[in-house]
Amino acid sequence: MKSVTLEVNGKKVTKTIEDHLLLSSFIREQLNLTGTHVGCDTSQCGACVVHVDGKSVKSCTLLAADIDGSAVTTIEGLSTNGELHPMQAAFKKHHGLQCGFCTPGMIMSSVDLLNNNKNPSDAEIREWLEGNICRCTGYQNIVAAVKEAAQNS
Amino acid sequence: MKSFNYHSASTVAEATGLASKASAYLSGGMTMIPSMKMRLASYKDVIDVKKIKQLHGIKVSSKSVTIGAATKHAEVAQSKEIKKAIPALCTLAGKIGDAQVRNRGTLGGSIANNDPTACYPSACLALNAIIHTSERKIEAAKFFTGMFETALKKGELIVAVEFSIPEKSSYVKFPNPASRYAMVGVFVAKHKAGVQVAVTGAKAGIYREKAIEQALDKNFSEKALDNIIIDSSDLNSDIHASADYRASLIISSAKQAVAHCK
Ligand SMILES: Cc1cc2nc3c(=O)[nH]c(=O)nc-3n(C[C@H](O)[C@H](O)[C@H](O)COP(=O)(O)OP(=O)(O)OC[C@H]3O[C@@H](n4cnc5c(N)ncnc54)[C@H](O)[C@@H]3O)c2cc1C
Ligand code: FES
Ligand code: FES
Repeated sequence: MKSVTLEVNGKKVTKTIEDHLLLSSFIREQLNLTGTHVGCDTSQCGACVVHVDGKSVKSCTLLAADIDGSAVTTIEGLSTNGELHPMQAAFKKHHGLQCGFCTPGMIMSSVDLLNNNKNPSDAEIREWLEGNICRCTGYQNIVAAVKEAAQNS
Repeated sequence: MKSFNYHSASTVAEATGLASKASAYLSGGMTMIPSMKMRLASYKDVIDVKKIKQLHGIKVSSKSVTIGAATKHAEVAQSKEIKKAIPALCTLAGKIGDAQVRNRGTLGGSIANNDPTACYPSACLALNAIIHTSERKIEAAKFFTGMFETALKKGELIVAVEFSIPEKSSYVKFPNPASRYAMVGVFVAKHKAGVQVAVTGAKAGIYREKAIEQALDKNFSEKALDNIIIDSSDLNSDIHASADYRASLIISSAKQAVAHCK
């Protein structure tokens, strides 16, 4: 067992956890933040993407113990005072989601894209989102949403 | 995943001191965590090496580029210093997996794993890399010994990889559309002493394609490869590509690599 302290969505949490606990399980089962989804559990689909110290990572392929002391942002931490984050608002406006399963990961990954590249082309958006799979295949609208969010932020 | 004890080492000596028959080093975890989850592997002790300072940093000299083993693919892809010296390394790192894999996966983990479809081993072979470990220096040609096998001894830790700077080089990958690993990847490097061409994804392990090297030594152009025929008898054949298709991909990827060499 290990004592791990993380700052999750701005709040400090300290928990004693098993050494092999995955970050995705820590977020969902210990903190009850179930917006982070687990799709494939094999590092392929990107439904579990969160930010660790500002960078997008697959939380199903990361030990919680490995990132002791880090800051984590999940989909729940994006909005401010009940206002949707510009990326969330753009996904809503463009119907960038159908069933919504892939959406938290898509949004967390797209926010990281704009942190790296303020004005990505369609091709750059598609390339960046290679690690996010949408089973409803709503890619066209997802790309449109990311483009609009880039213009609005 | 079976339980284990997680340790975070802060020095090379601490990491190697913790190593045993039942331990493994953890770097980006992008291969190790999935294989532990699938129960293909289990360990008593998992020794995280990412916080060891010596495993970080990029050094460029007139002859070589030395990259710390725990350097992430995203860091190599974005490094201005590497881009000046060996731009092909940045291209290669920037096309590994996806953005999230590149934000965690590392050079040391990639070459220690020696996946027969991985990208970095081809750069090591074509750029005469020297693998610096906790015990010795190993030439790339002697490091990759077989499918998922290397010359590393139990507990030996990769500290850095030193790539020699060629006149020009290029890496072209034909990615498997699902996994993004190389269905075929070709690294072409033109050194003063001759051309070196390493191929990944096509056989049970990384290898140098001598027929292409000889043709490019005589005439460094795409045209020089027009009449080369790759023997497909020992190339991989699977649901993704037949051996003949892979043979054809090796030539077309090598041509593209020659065209984009810088
Ligand atoms: C979805 C996905 C797509 C991918 N696509 C590609 C691709 O297109 N091309 C490609 O090349 N790779 C690809 N990869 C693999 C990726 O490059 C990983 O980074 C790499 O396999 C392992 O690096 P790691 O740092 O994550 O190592 P880990 O998973 O932490 O370790 C891998 C192995 O190396 C050992 N090890 C780690 N560090 C050291 C060290 N310093 N010294 C000695 N042994 C060490 C570990 O004990 C373990 O056995 C992909 C991975 C995923 C999940
Ligand atoms: S659940 Fe993590 S990548 Fe699919
Ligand atoms: S909206 Fe259903 S998986 Fe993407």
